[in-house]
Amino acid sequence: MSIFLPRGGSRSRRCKRLIGAAILAVLLSASTAAPASAQQFDAESFTLANGLKVAVLPSHRVPAITVMVWYKVGAADDPRGKSGIAHFLEHLMFKGTKDVPPGALTAQIARNGGRNNAFTAEDYTAFYETVARDRLDMVLRLEADRMTGLVLDDRVVLPERDVILEERRMRIDNEPSALLAEQLNAALFLNASYHNPTIGWETEMRGLRTEDALAFYRRWYAPNNAVLVIAGDVTAAEARPLVERYFDALPQRPIPDRLRLDEPPHHAPVRLEMKSTRAAQSSWRRYYLAPGHFYGETQHTYPLEVLAEILGGGSSSRLYQSLVLTQRLALTAGADYAPACLGPAVFSIHATARNGVAIGDLEAAIDVELRRLADEGVTDDEVLRAETRMQSAAIYSRDSLSGPANIIGAALTLGRTIDDVTQWPERIAKVTTAQIQAAARAVLIERNAATGILLPEHTS
Amino acid sequence: MSRVIRRPLIAALLLLSTAWLTSAQAIAIQPITSPSGISAWLVEDHSVPVVTLRFAFPGGAAGDPAGKGGLAAMVSDLLDEGAGPYDTTMFHKRLETLGGYVSFSPGQDEFSGSLRMLKLNLQDTVELLHLSLTTPQFVPEAIERIRADMVAVLARQAHNPRSIASRLWMQDAFERHPYGSNANGNEASVAAITRDDLVSYVASHFQRQGLVIGIVGDVTAAEAAAVLDRAFGDLPAGQAAVELPDARPGDDGALVVSKWPVPQSVVTFGQIGLKRDDPDWYAALVLNDILGGGNFRGRLMNEIREKRGLAYGVSTDLVPYRHAGLILGSVATENGRVGETIALVRTEWQRMRDQGPTEAELDAAKTYLSGSFPLSLDSTSHIAAVLVQLQIDRLGIDYLDRRAALIDAVTLDQVRALARRLLDPNGLSFVIVGEPAGVTATRPPRPMQH
Repeated sequence: MSIFLPRGGSRSRRCKRLIGAAILAVLLSASTAAPASAQQFDAESFTLANGLKVAVLPSHRVPAITVMVWYKVGAADDPRGKSGIAHFLEHLMFKGTKDVPPGALTAQIARNGGRNNAFTAEDYTAFYETVARDRLDMVLRLEADRMTGLVLDDRVVLPERDVILEERRMRIDNEPSALLAEQLNAALFLNASYHNPTIGWETEMRGLRTEDALAFYRRWYAPNNAVLVIAGDVTAAEARPLVERYFDALPQRPIPDRLRLDEPPHHAPVRLEMKSTRAAQSSWRRYYLAPGHFYGETQHTYPLEVLAEILGGGSSSRLYQSLVLTQRLALTAGADYAPACLGPAVFSIHATARNGVAIGDLEAAIDVELRRLADEGVTDDEVLRAETRMQSAAIYSRDSLSGPANIIGAALTLGRTIDDVTQWPERIAKVTTAQIQAAARAVLIERNAATGILLPEHTS
Repeated sequence: MSRVIRRPLIAALLLLSTAWLTSAQAIAIQPITSPSGISAWLVEDHSVPVVTLRFAFPGGAAGDPAGKGGLAAMVSDLLDEGAGPYDTTMFHKRLETLGGYVSFSPGQDEFSGSLRMLKLNLQDTVELLHLSLTTPQFVPEAIERIRADMVAVLARQAHNPRSIASRLWMQDAFERHPYGSNANGNEASVAAITRDDLVSYVASHFQRQGLVIGIVGDVTAAEAAAVLDRAFGDLPAGQAAVELPDARPGDDGALVVSKWPVPQSVVTFGQIGLKRDDPDWYAALVLNDILGGGNFRGRLMNEIREKRGLAYGVSTDLVPYRHAGLILGSVATENGRVGETIALVRTEWQRMRDQGPTEAELDAAKTYLSGSFPLSLDSTSHIAAVLVQLQIDRLGIDYLDRRAALIDAVTLDQVRALARRLLDPNGLSFVIVGEPAGVTATRPPRPMQH
């Protein structure tokens, strides 16, 4: 899944789309589309005296449990000049405590037949394990241990700094489209806290030190700044005593306010063009500043989710139909929007040009579609089909152990509620054509856009 | 949207080869046979109202006719571009309205497919698969559009260091066998494919003999049987003629450098391995996990990443084709540190060959390999993929109950003996794509087929 910076996964994109297949921004309960099985998902949550928030999501499909510990800190909390520190610390969280030597946590989980990993996004950092149901005790002990007991020294930190630099080369520097996306993101956010890349700028990453990681850890890692999610073959009544055994004793800490800088008004659109001998074909993308669940004109968020689906959510979407099938200008075309961020979100549109098609012609055709959208809005039929697809995506998102844990964990960590998640299908179903047109007119405006063009460069 | 980017062949195989490395647990597999005589394995799970159907026909991309490389791939991209009464757009709208997802994928040895459905719309969604398999339209507009897509995919692969490295490695290893060819073909072969080729592929490959099927989810045995008949009931009863010769990969210990302007070199390395039916298969699984297991278990990860920070990841996998086996690994590191990284791979290869694993390493690998089972069987699509793979590999319907014991029975002596017999530091071949320092190529890269 292409959102975060997992320790063993793939590339990060702005804000959190949990599941790659276009649609699944969030959700879980699927009450509308599958009345027979509504509310199968009965999350139970409680909070310990030290402020640790816990959600238990029972599912007895397989005798396994996924545990996730989410911290309310991410790359957007990196101090100035220390970009990449949140992600670096995520790596260093595997380097041991007083009782658990470096690497032993992962080794112990593997020896017990389990798997574990972690990821970092702009607004949060999460660690997770999947184990057989009788290993829950072990995993909770290990997670509690490293919540406040991390021990670091240069001997383990410095090689890991080389690892994150290799990770940056792999994800960004070796990929022209990722380099352009990184710059486009920085160009879009003039001031908002999402300006810097999650993995960090290389020059600053090179300077990250053990003390920086420890300072960041002491500032943010504490039970009252975390959410624990336990999903799988367990009930809340079974899990709670184990959680209390290991986490109750951890001390609360004062946690600073999280700084999320506002984006000033934009007065001119941004345009970046990059040529690369490593690019195979011309591609085009545009980011629009957009409201998120906690930022800007939040009433537009649900309409924008439906709009992204109508405009670019699949092969019957407007952009695909027009650019790929009818006009044959593009090989791919789509749109994305994920409002689950503390700060401003991005509404993005992307397309790759067919061989021989000038990028300007492709852009002109996209602009025609956007103008038509602003002028004429969308049809009832389009809204109905998009909402149907989104409802069914909601059902599929329950078809795994980690899906619900990811969705609930992200929501709670951002300060949303389990109700926000379970009511998502209903809220989507209420979105009207008028709301979508209003959202499109408010958000898809030229001065708030950053457009990036990648062109192949031929060496002769 | 299977057409957008086809994962490089090797990456797909690596995924497949680990996806079903699972052992026994409590899932009940029922063999079912439909009224018209179609057999499948079924796992009922009524906890979420979804159903996944997966299937594989014998004969994949390795069977593409000479000069028509990419044929199976093109078929896989076109089956959902209009079928029966529906044109491309109608077909996709119908599928989306039903909440279904269909995909087809041309492996080297099998042509497989997957259909994810809402329980609510089970039979209507299956009908779309039925139309895809029996009455694909193959209209000229769609053929030309998909042809252009495939050429674009080839161009992307030719610009992607990971794809280049794995393509060059496979091309060298299988110089005289179809496994060495790109499943997506090359520009000339993709251009040469005609509508008749597509039609004839469908007629000859989509037959009932040899078809294996897994169906998982919120479905009863009776409903599943109806699904089978609906999807596959009017396919012809015969079997495609798809046998290929066995191949012995040419692992000659070459080190090849393909220049590419990137800051980080991408390396594919490997040697001959075991086929799935080899009696030493389980010892090989354990050996591979200790040497190159992912997620921080293998010695390579420990030496290359943990101790020295040379790479974000390094791992090896057993890659069992039907007619050949490989051990294949990959690593990526800054150009300046390629020499050191490759030397470490060679050293660990030699050390494992000479000394084998320790008892502790053996135990840890065995408990990991058998215990990680429940983790990968958490979704209908994962379980369905396992059901299909077990049938392709003819492992028996009770295999999941036996698997843990098969792994547990592997002894230190067996693994040591296998390491001595199998691991060959002189046969270990490397392809490096980048601007690496500290390495000397043994020969120039052979021209890439495209």
